[in-house]
Amino acid sequence: MPMTITEQIFARAAGKQAVEPGDLVNAKIDMIMCHDVTTPPAISMLKQHGIDRVFDLEKLAVTPDHFQPAKDIKSAELHKRLDTWAKEKGIRHYYPIGKAGVCHALLPEQGHIRPGEVIVGGDSHTCTYGAFAAFSTGIGSTDLAAAIATGQLWFRVPESMKFTLSGHLPHGVYSKDVVLEVIRRIGTDGALYKAIEYVGPALKEMSMEARMTITNMAIEAGGKNAIIGFDETTKQYLEGRLKGKQDYTVFESDPEAKYCFEDTIDCDKLEPLVAYPHLPSNGKPISECAGEVMDQCYIGSCTNGRIEDFRIAASVMKGKQVKIRTLIVPTTPTVWRQANDEGLLNIFYDAGCVISAPTCGACLGGFMGVLGAEEKCVSTTNRNFVGRMGHPTSEVYLCNPATAAASAVEGKLADPRKYM
Amino acid sequence: MAKTYVYKRDHVNTDEIIPARYLNTDDAAELATHCLEDLDPEFVNKVQPGDVIVAGDDFGCGSSREHAVWAIQGAKVGAVVAHSFARIFYRNCINNGFYPIELPGAVDKIHDGDEVEVDYKLGVIHNKTQNKDIPFKALPDFALEIINHGGLLEHIKKQ
Repeated sequence: MPMTITEQIFARAAGKQAVEPGDLVNAKIDMIMCHDVTTPPAISMLKQHGIDRVFDLEKLAVTPDHFQPAKDIKSAELHKRLDTWAKEKGIRHYYPIGKAGVCHALLPEQGHIRPGEVIVGGDSHTCTYGAFAAFSTGIGSTDLAAAIATGQLWFRVPESMKFTLSGHLPHGVYSKDVVLEVIRRIGTDGALYKAIEYVGPALKEMSMEARMTITNMAIEAGGKNAIIGFDETTKQYLEGRLKGKQDYTVFESDPEAKYCFEDTIDCDKLEPLVAYPHLPSNGKPISECAGEVMDQCYIGSCTNGRIEDFRIAASVMKGKQVKIRTLIVPTTPTVWRQANDEGLLNIFYDAGCVISAPTCGACLGGFMGVLGAEEKCVSTTNRNFVGRMGHPTSEVYLCNPATAAASAVEGKLADPRKYM
Repeated sequence: MAKTYVYKRDHVNTDEIIPARYLNTDDAAELATHCLEDLDPEFVNKVQPGDVIVAGDDFGCGSSREHAVWAIQGAKVGAVVAHSFARIFYRNCINNGFYPIELPGAVDKIHDGDEVEVDYKLGVIHNKTQNKDIPFKALPDFALEIINHGGLLEHIKKQ
């Protein structure tokens, strides 16, 4: 029976010859991502239920990120619970502060994501890892507890949607614009319970970092997972990077595999998009934006906080001054160091930006850049829900790193292409 | 008798159900004091044990934070009825032994303030105010089994 990549991964993980959409399967878990908000409750639950074990010490990667460095006493207590547990259990891949980073940037960078595997994490943006031809999805704390203790979870095999990315991305247009366009077309629940598979020539030209921006936002369309096939770019990224097990299985969708929906994005025709409050599906081409005045610019997050994103932002800001408060948040210590080595941090400093330690922080209205009443923020993050970055009357405008940088320079929503 | 709070909109998200500024705790009683705060700041002052939340499509979209379910359970909400649920929230409900009631057209069939009674065995919402019985589709058997055991971890222990 012809199967998509997602179906083939489930068949393998459930020990079956074949599966089809709708099948309930018990899948073996290959990697679990744990962070400071959803894991401490999972640890407490396991203790309460007397099933306080870890199924495989190699198959967990643990990092505080949402509120790290601790923003207050309560989050310090969450970090203590995570730290005590990770040390007590002897978790092999634990990234305490100094090594810690935004989980979905950190795990791929540190070589914990392998093609063909089933990966879960206590965070909705766990779908990011699908860029590596793996199945990955976000789960809550109870599922996380069950996965940590047993190494397996039940899943309903999702139907797959297919988006073909044709053509080439024009100057000033990035993978963020592609995924904002996808969500604009299908809506924030357009992929509910479904897998989104991306194929096409424009994808082949994208780095792993750019691809991760696309898979990261599958959840903003309600998707269970997003997935991109393995190619030379994937292979090169993984070489010399994988921790522990070096081998992996590459699955490819069968030519006759079934999709419940197919669409093509003509990348040549895209322009930078801005998703207006309060839904990621409210994308508007920058040429139709009316130059709304902003109060803050945020460049970072698991969506667009990797080295490539800072290179893009720095290329726009070089030699200029920002007109609004602008936060630069490298997602991992390695990204921070690299941005420093390449002189990007100096460009941001000279432009008047503030540079932060790796954290999820303000992306979710936690700390380090929270918005006040009626403030507007142009942001490279993934969500612009009511109150997402602070006060319930504040507003978030989602865009690519170049648009964010250009908007910081002008103090209002601005087209980045004139700076490039 | 349970009273209903009807929110006639889609995509009620986890940031509205429990804003991230309160995620520095996982204590259900504390989370409950902020339940639906960014959607309806008065909700926690109005809600009585057993009351029912009614909303449109894609309820619970956004974050994987199970804190959203704990806040609702902590506020002693009896049930959430929605046209459809976001995937992770739906799963988190079942894993906590909380029955997510999927009912297309719910915001038109139930009016704000209606008094209702949910019969899970029959799969019916008795709308006392309108004197109507509204059927809903039962959860699949495996999910019911998890709910009947009181949640996923209890279910695993019993297996």
